[in-house]
Amino acid sequence: MSARAFSVLRGSAASRTAGIVALIALAFLCTAPWWAESGWMREFNEMACYLIFAMMWNLLAGYGGMVSIGQQAYLGLGGYTLVALGNFAGMNPFLAVPVGAVAAMAAAYPISRIAFRLQGGHFAIGTWVIAEVLRLTMANISAIGGGSGTSLIALRGIERATRESVTFWLCLASVAASVALVHGFLRSRQGLALLAIRDSEVASESQGVDVAQTKLWVYLVAAFGCGLAGALYYLGNLRISPDSAFSVNWTAFSIFIVMVGGIATIEGPIIGVIVFYLLNRLFSDYGTWYLVGLGLLAIVVTTRFPKGLWGVVSGRFGLHLFPVQRRLTLRRRD
Amino acid sequence: MIGWLDTVVQGVLLGSLYALFAMGLALVFGVMRLTNVAHGDLVVLAGFAAIALAAQLGLGPLGAFACLAPLAAAAGYALQRCVLNDTLRKDPLPSLVVTFGLSIVIQNGLQEVFSADPRSLSSGALATASVRLLEGVTVGVLPLATFCAALLAAIALQALFARTAAGRAFRATSDDREIAELMGLDARVVYASATALAFVLIAGAGVLQAMRTTVAPADGPGLLIYAFEAVVIGGLGSFWGTFVGGILLGVTQAIGFRLDPGWGIWLGHVVFLAVLLVRPQGLFPRMR
Repeated sequence: MSARAFSVLRGSAASRTAGIVALIALAFLCTAPWWAESGWMREFNEMACYLIFAMMWNLLAGYGGMVSIGQQAYLGLGGYTLVALGNFAGMNPFLAVPVGAVAAMAAAYPISRIAFRLQGGHFAIGTWVIAEVLRLTMANISAIGGGSGTSLIALRGIERATRESVTFWLCLASVAASVALVHGFLRSRQGLALLAIRDSEVASESQGVDVAQTKLWVYLVAAFGCGLAGALYYLGNLRISPDSAFSVNWTAFSIFIVMVGGIATIEGPIIGVIVFYLLNRLFSDYGTWYLVGLGLLAIVVTTRFPKGLWGVVSGRFGLHLFPVQRRLTLRRRD
Repeated sequence: MIGWLDTVVQGVLLGSLYALFAMGLALVFGVMRLTNVAHGDLVVLAGFAAIALAAQLGLGPLGAFACLAPLAAAAGYALQRCVLNDTLRKDPLPSLVVTFGLSIVIQNGLQEVFSADPRSLSSGALATASVRLLEGVTVGVLPLATFCAALLAAIALQALFARTAAGRAFRATSDDREIAELMGLDARVVYASATALAFVLIAGAGVLQAMRTTVAPADGPGLLIYAFEAVVIGGLGSFWGTFVGGILLGVTQAIGFRLDPGWGIWLGHVVFLAVLLVRPQGLFPRMR
């Protein structure tokens, strides 16, 4: 008889293949500045920001059970920190990107003290109010251009090709790091605690999980990611205004991306952002009808296919490219 | 000094409109714990519908409301029965996503049909009629009528909940859906009736909003936030609380606007957050 009559499986052939394919794709994309058009890289950067933002919304809502409509607060803070540091403090804008993310995370701590007083749907709208407060505050500060916004002038003097390449690499690295961070977090003990909390707060608390602490950490990590997305977006966009940086559309699009791709999966937002990109390319000329279509699609998916595209696929084929679960296999005793 | 008194009086009147916005939101949340993200957009939709009805049928505002109210009730009943009932779970996510999606559909649909321009519902002589309360404090008849409508809505809802069979059904289903169903209530019908009633309130709020000022397709989120703030400041479960919450928000905004036009709405939000920090249960939570 063996010492252990069971083993815990944490991966599969599919997940190992997916990991290798992802690494190869990543290495290949690193060379993009030498062969890709700058327009294509710009689109990639934009979608990278949407993806990071959507992954953070997924972490909050899909895993943490905290449905927020106010994550644009941190996106805007990340973007404005970048612009303020670059324009006023003379900091290298590329170095200011991670600082923007940290600033968003730092702001999330005091904000959580207020936001966490609300639950469920009220939390959702309360976070939106907080984002509105930040939007109106920025719109009233004339040093950063008030309501009409300001440009990132700190990039003056950096050659265009250098700027485009470094921005692209930063976006690529941030997407890869975000996927790895979320995946690693969900596989860890804290991740297990988070999944337990989502299923039942009371039961997990009785098992010794510190519910308040875990939720706070998830909120802070999500704020960091959203701040990172914001700093990256406005590094590429070169111009920021309160109405765009704190726009609720950021959250609207990320909800679409997550719900269509598959909530509470790591693969879901990646698939969702590809769908979003394709729809955007094909139909965005239709303007308001395009947005009506996105809204209707989100309603239909939520009511009829609540697990989204990836949920359907992984349910049918038992496929998990980024597995977070632990699978127990028992050995027969000899 | 009299200027500040005027500001407070105008704030009270503005706040009564917010209170009216908030009644429907408070009703739906109170009965089925549903936070309707599309609430503000529905108010705007009702405003546009009233403008269209008034123009097509040559009706005055009151006539437009009379036509709109049964339509709104039917729409609310159908929306709850066909879509929203399926999203009600312990997890707030499906209902939030569906109503958020609805909000985007309404905003962009309205923009497609009516363009992005603000419109208003003509109320004839009523628009400019005013009453002088004191030297230096003059109030419009229309804002005064709005105040009365909001007060009436709060009294009627409070009485409905406290004294009628329908109100008992609402409260019972809110407290414990399963037990209420064991007692013979059909929760799906109760919820649909509550939403139908909320839609009538929304129709009234939309008509008054379109008369008092303008409605534009992008106004919805702002109205939702004011309504939400009024509900939370007032405390859940009491329509009087919601009424007072709306008034308080209106007065705060009016004072803010007087201090600096750029900071009026900001001050309203900040007072809301301060109430949340100091008194998260709201000023007048339901007492049992």
